[in-house]
Amino acid sequence: MSATSARPSHAAQPSGSAFILKKALISAAVALVLFSLMIGIRTEAGPQGGLIYWTRFGDLAALVGTVFGGSIIIELLRQWWGPVDKEHIVPKPVQAAMSFAGRWLAPALLVFAFLVPVIFYNQRYILDLSILVLTYVMLGWGLNVVVGLAGLLDLGYVAFYAVGAYSYALLATNFGLSFWVCLPLAGILAAFWGVLLGFPVLRLRGDYLAIVTLAFGEIIRLVIINWQSLTGGPNGVSGIPRPTLFGIPLDNSDDGLAAKLGIDFSPTHRIVFLFYLILAMALLTNWVTIRLRRLPIGRAWEALREDEVACRALGINVTTTKLTAFATGAMFGGFAGAFFATRQGFISPESFTFQESALVLAIVVLGGMGSQLGVALAALTMIGGFELFRGFDQYRMLVFGIAMVLLMIWRPRGLIGHRAPTVFLERNQAISSDLVKEGHG
Amino acid sequence: MSGDPILTVDRLMMRFGGIVAVNELSFTAERRKITALIGPNGAGKTTVFNCITGFYRPSGGAIRLTNDDGRTMQLERLGDFRITKQAKVARTFQNIRLFPGMTALENLMVAQHNALMRASGLTLLGLIGAPSWRAAEERAIELARTWLDRVGLLSRADDAAGNLAYGDQRRLEIARAMCTEPVLLCLDEPAAGLNARESGGLNELLLSIRNEQGTSILLIEHDMSVVMEISDHVVVMDYGVKIAEGSPQAVRDDPKVIAAYLGADEEEAIAVMESGT
Repeated sequence: MSATSARPSHAAQPSGSAFILKKALISAAVALVLFSLMIGIRTEAGPQGGLIYWTRFGDLAALVGTVFGGSIIIELLRQWWGPVDKEHIVPKPVQAAMSFAGRWLAPALLVFAFLVPVIFYNQRYILDLSILVLTYVMLGWGLNVVVGLAGLLDLGYVAFYAVGAYSYALLATNFGLSFWVCLPLAGILAAFWGVLLGFPVLRLRGDYLAIVTLAFGEIIRLVIINWQSLTGGPNGVSGIPRPTLFGIPLDNSDDGLAAKLGIDFSPTHRIVFLFYLILAMALLTNWVTIRLRRLPIGRAWEALREDEVACRALGINVTTTKLTAFATGAMFGGFAGAFFATRQGFISPESFTFQESALVLAIVVLGGMGSQLGVALAALTMIGGFELFRGFDQYRMLVFGIAMVLLMIWRPRGLIGHRAPTVFLERNQAISSDLVKEGHG
Repeated sequence: MSGDPILTVDRLMMRFGGIVAVNELSFTAERRKITALIGPNGAGKTTVFNCITGFYRPSGGAIRLTNDDGRTMQLERLGDFRITKQAKVARTFQNIRLFPGMTALENLMVAQHNALMRASGLTLLGLIGAPSWRAAEERAIELARTWLDRVGLLSRADDAAGNLAYGDQRRLEIARAMCTEPVLLCLDEPAAGLNARESGGLNELLLSIRNEQGTSILLIEHDMSVVMEISDHVVVMDYGVKIAEGSPQAVRDDPKVIAAYLGADEEEAIAVMESGT
C-alpha cells in the first residue's frame, strides 16, 4: 500500500509521503536525544571503584533506525485502518465466527482448565504457572466486586490478601488448626478488615477513596513488618502446613494419600491437588459473584456505580451497600491469601507490596470492568504473557508496557467492554460500554 | 385549608451560610390530591424538595408526613434514604437521574430494593435460590412490567435506560419512583423539556397515578399548562417565602403572583398566565 492511499482518508488528518517522512524524522530525532545517553553511553563502576564508560553508537544507530522505520509503518497502518473510533463493517461470516467464539469461549476455557493437569502432568513449570494464573483470576474476580460492580476504586486490595495469608499462617502454626478450618476464618477476618476499612472511607469518593485504600494497604504491610512478636516481622512465617485432602496428607508417609491408594508417591500429586483446589475456589468466587449480581444487593452495587444520589432517592442504604461490597471483595481476597500461604509454605511482607494491588487492579481494568470472562482472560494475558516474554530478558517490561498501551488504545473499556443485563423480559441484549458508568468511588 | 393533609410543612427554614433560601415556609399537601409548588427561578422550590426528601437537613421548622393509617413521621429527623424506605416518599430529579447503563427493567428492579432485600433474606435465601425468593422476584418483575406498560415503555424494557429518548427517560423515572410504592410522589419539573403532546401524556399519567394508586403528588413545575390543568392546589413561592396559595384559578388571578412571576409588568404577566390554560 502506497503512502498516498486511494482510500478516502479522514478529512482532518493530513496524509501523503511528505507528512509521513516528517513525522518519522521527528520521532527519530526524539529517539536520538533520548537514547544517546540511555543507550549510546554506558557507564559502570570499574574494578578500582572509578567510573568507566564506553560507547555503543552502533546500537544507538540501530535503535534510531528502528524508530524511524517503525514510525513509517505505524503511520501507514493508521492510514490504512482509518480513525480508531471509526465503525468498520465486519463481513457476515467473520461476525458469525466471532459470536460463535464468544458463546463458546467461556465453556471451552473451563474445560481446558479442568484438563490442564492431565495434559501437562509432567511439566511442573506449566502446572505452577497455571496455579499462579488461577490465583490472580480469583483475586481479579474478588476485586471485580468492589471496582467493577460497585465502582469503588480500591488500590489496597493486597491488604486483604495479606490478612487472609497471615490468618491462615498464624492460626495453623500457633494453634495447629487445619487448612479447612482456617479457610473460612481467613475469609471472615479479611471481610472484617474490609468493613473496618469501609467505615472511614464511605464519605470519600474517587481520587480520595483511592488514596485512602492505598494507604490502608501500606499500613497493613507496615504493621506486619513491625509487629515482630506476632508476625515474625520481615523474616515472615515459615513452616506453614500443607493442605490435606480432608485430613489425608499428600506426602510419602504411611497414611498419606499415595500409600492409602496403593500408588507410588510423586510430589506432583500435591501440585495437582493445589491446582484443583484453587480452581474450585476461583469457580466458587465466580459462581457467588454471578449469583449476587442477580440479587437485589448486586443490582444495588451496580446502581451505586451508576448514580449514588438516585440510589438514595430510592431508599437504598448507600452505607451498608458499600460496606457489603468491600466485605465481599475482601472475603475473596482472604480466601486467596489463605491459599497462597498454604501453597508457598512460607510468607513474608515482601509478597504483599503495592505492586500486587496494582497488578490485580490492572487485571480488572484490562478485563473490562464488571466482566467475569474478561477478568479471567486478562489474568491469563497478564500473568501468562509476562512469563511468555521471559525470553526477552531485559526488554520484557518494555514489550509488556507497549502491549498494554496498544490494548488500551484499541479497547479502552477492557477486553470485554459491554455489560450483560441481570434480568430481561424478552431480549437478553448486551449494553454498550459507552452507557455504563465507571463509578466515582 | 381543611381536610386530610398528608404532608404538613411547618415554618421550614433553610439557610446556606448567610443566605436564607427558605424562610418560615408553611403549607400542606392534601391526601390523594396534586399539589403544585410554583415560583420564579431561584425562589427556593428545589430547596424545599431537597428538605422534604432528606437531601438537605433543614435549619429549622418541621415536616410531618401522615401515613394512610394515621401515623405521623417527622421527616426532618429521618433523613436520607429512610425517608423513602420508611416514610414512603419518592422523588424524581430536575435533571434526570436514571441508571443509564442498566436496562429500563433493571432500573425498576433497583427501585424495589428494600422489598426484595427482605424477600431474599438479606441475600442468603437468594443465594441458595429459595422458592420464596423466586416467587418474590417474579412478583417484582410483574410490578415492573405493569409500570413499564403504564408509561408506554414495555417494548423498550430490555433497552439501556441511557438509550431512551428524553421524554421516555422522564416517564421511566416516574415509573421507577412509583415502583418504590410511595404514598407521596415528589416530582421536580416533570414536564421540563417535553413537547406539547408529551406533556399532555404526562398529565394523563399523573392523574391516573392519583386516581388509581391513590398516591398524593407534590410537584414543582414551570409549565403552566401542566400546573393549571392537573393541580388541585397551588402554592406560590418567591424569595423563599410563600406569597400565595389556593386553587389554580385563584392563584392565576392573584396580582401578587403575577407581579412576582414576571416582574411588575402586569400586562405581560397576564398574557403568559392565560396562555397556559
